[in-house]
Amino acid sequence: MFNKTLAELARGLAKGDFSSVELTEALLTRIKTQDSRYNSFISVTEAEALAQARTADTRRAAGDAGPFTGLPIAHKDIFCTRGVRTSCGSKMLDNFVSPYDATVVERFNAAGAVMLGKTNMDEFAMGSSNESSFYGPARNPWNTDCVPGGSSGGSAAAVAARLAPAATGTDTGGSIRQPAALCGITGLKPTYGRVSRYGMIAFASSLDQGGPMTRTAEDAALMLNVMAGFDPKDSTSIEREVPDYTATLEQPLDGLRIGLPKEYFSSDLDSAIAEQVQAAIKEFETLGATVKEISLPNTATAIPAYYIIAPAEASSNLSRFDGVRYGYRCDSPVDLEDLYKRSRGEGFGPEVKRRIMVGTYALSEGFYDAYYKKAQQIRRLIQQDFIKAFEEVDVIMGPTTPHPAFKLGEKTSDPVAMYLEDIYTIAVNLAGLPGMSIPCGQTHGLPVGLQLIGGYFSEARLLNIAHRFQQATDWHQQAPQGLAEE
Amino acid sequence: MEWEAVIGLEIHAQLATKSKIFSGASTAFGAEPNTQACAVDLALPGTLPVFNAEALRMAVMFGLAVDAEIGHRSVFDRKNYFYPDLPKGYQTSQLFYPIVGPGHIDIELADGTHKRVGVTRAHLEEDAGKSLHDAFPEMTGIDLNRAGTPLLEIVSEPDMRSAEEAVAYVRKVHAIVTTLGICDGDMSQGSFRCDCNVSVRPKGQSEFGTRTEIKNINSFRFIEKAIKGEIERQIDLIEDGGRVIQATRLYDADKDETRSMRTKEEANDYRYFPCPDLLPIVIDQAYVESVRHSLPELPDARHARFMEEYGLGDYDASVLSAYRDTADYFETVAKAVNDGKLAANWVMGELSKFLNSNNLEIKESPVSAQALGELLARLKDDTINGKAAKQVFEAMWNGEGSADAIIEAKGLKQVTDTGALEAMVDEVISKATPQVEQYKAAEPEKRGKMLGFFMGQVMKASKGTANPGQVNKMLKHKLDALCD
Repeated sequence: MFNKTLAELARGLAKGDFSSVELTEALLTRIKTQDSRYNSFISVTEAEALAQARTADTRRAAGDAGPFTGLPIAHKDIFCTRGVRTSCGSKMLDNFVSPYDATVVERFNAAGAVMLGKTNMDEFAMGSSNESSFYGPARNPWNTDCVPGGSSGGSAAAVAARLAPAATGTDTGGSIRQPAALCGITGLKPTYGRVSRYGMIAFASSLDQGGPMTRTAEDAALMLNVMAGFDPKDSTSIEREVPDYTATLEQPLDGLRIGLPKEYFSSDLDSAIAEQVQAAIKEFETLGATVKEISLPNTATAIPAYYIIAPAEASSNLSRFDGVRYGYRCDSPVDLEDLYKRSRGEGFGPEVKRRIMVGTYALSEGFYDAYYKKAQQIRRLIQQDFIKAFEEVDVIMGPTTPHPAFKLGEKTSDPVAMYLEDIYTIAVNLAGLPGMSIPCGQTHGLPVGLQLIGGYFSEARLLNIAHRFQQATDWHQQAPQGLAEE
Repeated sequence: MEWEAVIGLEIHAQLATKSKIFSGASTAFGAEPNTQACAVDLALPGTLPVFNAEALRMAVMFGLAVDAEIGHRSVFDRKNYFYPDLPKGYQTSQLFYPIVGPGHIDIELADGTHKRVGVTRAHLEEDAGKSLHDAFPEMTGIDLNRAGTPLLEIVSEPDMRSAEEAVAYVRKVHAIVTTLGICDGDMSQGSFRCDCNVSVRPKGQSEFGTRTEIKNINSFRFIEKAIKGEIERQIDLIEDGGRVIQATRLYDADKDETRSMRTKEEANDYRYFPCPDLLPIVIDQAYVESVRHSLPELPDARHARFMEEYGLGDYDASVLSAYRDTADYFETVAKAVNDGKLAANWVMGELSKFLNSNNLEIKESPVSAQALGELLARLKDDTINGKAAKQVFEAMWNGEGSADAIIEAKGLKQVTDTGALEAMVDEVISKATPQVEQYKAAEPEKRGKMLGFFMGQVMKASKGTANPGQVNKMLKHKLDALCD
């Protein structure tokens, strides 16, 4: 049962092969017995999950089941869940029980989904290895000495370890795609504005976007069908019709124009990854696609621009965590300043503090023009690079990450080395485009991710391209060695 | 040395929207603490703002009323600072692209001349909550009911040269926002607040002196006192060889003095940047025109019309046009009685006296404008006299019914029947022999004053209902006849 995809589980539930309660109980048991190896969950919501599963089974018995009814998933602990701790991976919110549901959570609840629990993540989604979590790092199921990537590392590890068939993630600079690549699963970051950010704890508001993390493109389509859509509570969500993402999965790829940015295949790229990506491109050619080299000349400026804009927004977004109304408060503050300094000093971890400092500096009087304004100008140039590229090609492909999963602790003392892990993913957030990572090979027993970047609102096309590749290959079906059997 | 003051004002007007600027919570005043603060107002993790279009409409109304440029693309910025009553740790405001650009307001000075004051800009922002320092021993309470109430911050040019000019400007802005119906103007509840930037310089000098900003002033009178005091303080300081330090000062109404709150060196770096959670507000000319069509008559236009249409003097017209409620009330009375001056006298006199002593707003008056108009119509058509009219008004105030019903019930109808009046006059004259003798003995030019006694007697005999004009004439005629 654990090796089944969401689509297969949906068919099983529909046929009555098993009930949602049986499925949920089996997964909860598996999480209980296996997750100590992966630390992929921060909270497991057993009672709530079983209650939702029972409701789903009742709905199904009454002939009232939709495509998602009774399917178990996990939510990244960045999504607010009513009555359940929502920690965002931080000591700051270790005691925070949200009084409301995020729009994404509300949509899954309305669709009849079962929430197994809340997954581990880098603190406030700041990190590429899940090592900044207050709850300790999640581990990569392919090699538990390695990181699962971040910030949605818990979601990626849970799906890869078959503890949950699918999970939600969020992606500010690669936080869905990079862990998906490192854990050998499928991850999609939709177009900015496609999925509501309401109730998704903000890191960098102009870059954050929620999306699905699954084993297959078909499952990602099922998830996105639930997640996508306009939300009047999020002013940046876009009022635009949501297609049925499963409807176009099978379209042939004849004539598909693939662009390969030369900047994504430079000497920084691990040679084994380069080979695997090239092999995947060959596969697409056999499926009818044509390939051409393109240029995204401002690629090198993406990381510096990102590390101004994201920390600047974060420094402001995280001001609300002040020890006054909720969250961590220091013991016996002597005055207001002491309350602020110690609550924030003790409640935030080092990576969060580093970014608040950088962001505060970048917005300071006299530096705004040199940093923030300049970074926004670069952002527009990056966006224009992509818009120009999409005049010639339908999809851009390349590696998701420059390296496969690295060892725990390997990059923690060198923040810049850690930041460079997101070199291929960050520009996509700056441009607001949809991006996807799918498994396309392995090196040293670790998965390799292929990144697909599409034009605005081309999610259906990306899912179609990924699905056709997954029908022709079996990289997405590979499971880590040593997973517990049924 | 002769000194000149330079004054610029920042007025915060709470907009009279039903819900908050970025959330659906109510803006009503006076609820239990924190009962009108939703997840967005509490800045719970993950919450996002949604802009209230009603606040936009009100801001545009103000812009049009002061003949300002309307920003067709305005942007919300975050002003970052930590304070317990600021839940997000930033205030959403507009720094770089305000909704209302340069405009102007004309004020009238004491000598009757007019002066034009520039409005630099007006922008939308959210109000903060309140810190309650007295509610809990050794603790500070936070009430977030006010957090997120929409504010229009109206910034003037440093065009004013005296406390009186500043107050005239504030009164004018107050009249405009209340007439537009975009602010209730209640200064005691903080819905209309004023910060004053004050500096002094030797008369004739073109550069500005160092300014201070006075905050926390909540009445017109205090604005005048605070500015006057600050001007004197700065002049004394400079004349004693000191210099003004740029600072924010708080006005203490009890002591009638300002004291330094923070200096420029201690000021926050607000790290303004565009709010990424809100899209720029983009409006087109058609929207601006639709708002323009909805504008009510503004105080200046109404002032002029009151003078022309009702023959009011400048002062009366200015008082009656300053508030929309007063102006509307006056016009209803004036139309009902078809006499502007009579209506003005009563609205500014008797009605105003009763409202003040009962601490009521004109819209809360128990005597409606229509009812007052009916009363005055009876005065005008001589059904009752002025004294009776005051009696009827009081009865109406106390809810005893309409003017006609009260006149009837109390028998206040004026006696104008000549025969009846004559009988009363003859009766009084016949019973007042000593006074008649004094009258006869008096110099003819002093007799007029002596009529008062006989008038009083006749009014007493008629229980106040005799027509005073007729009685006066009759008395004079009969007494003078006795003298011949």
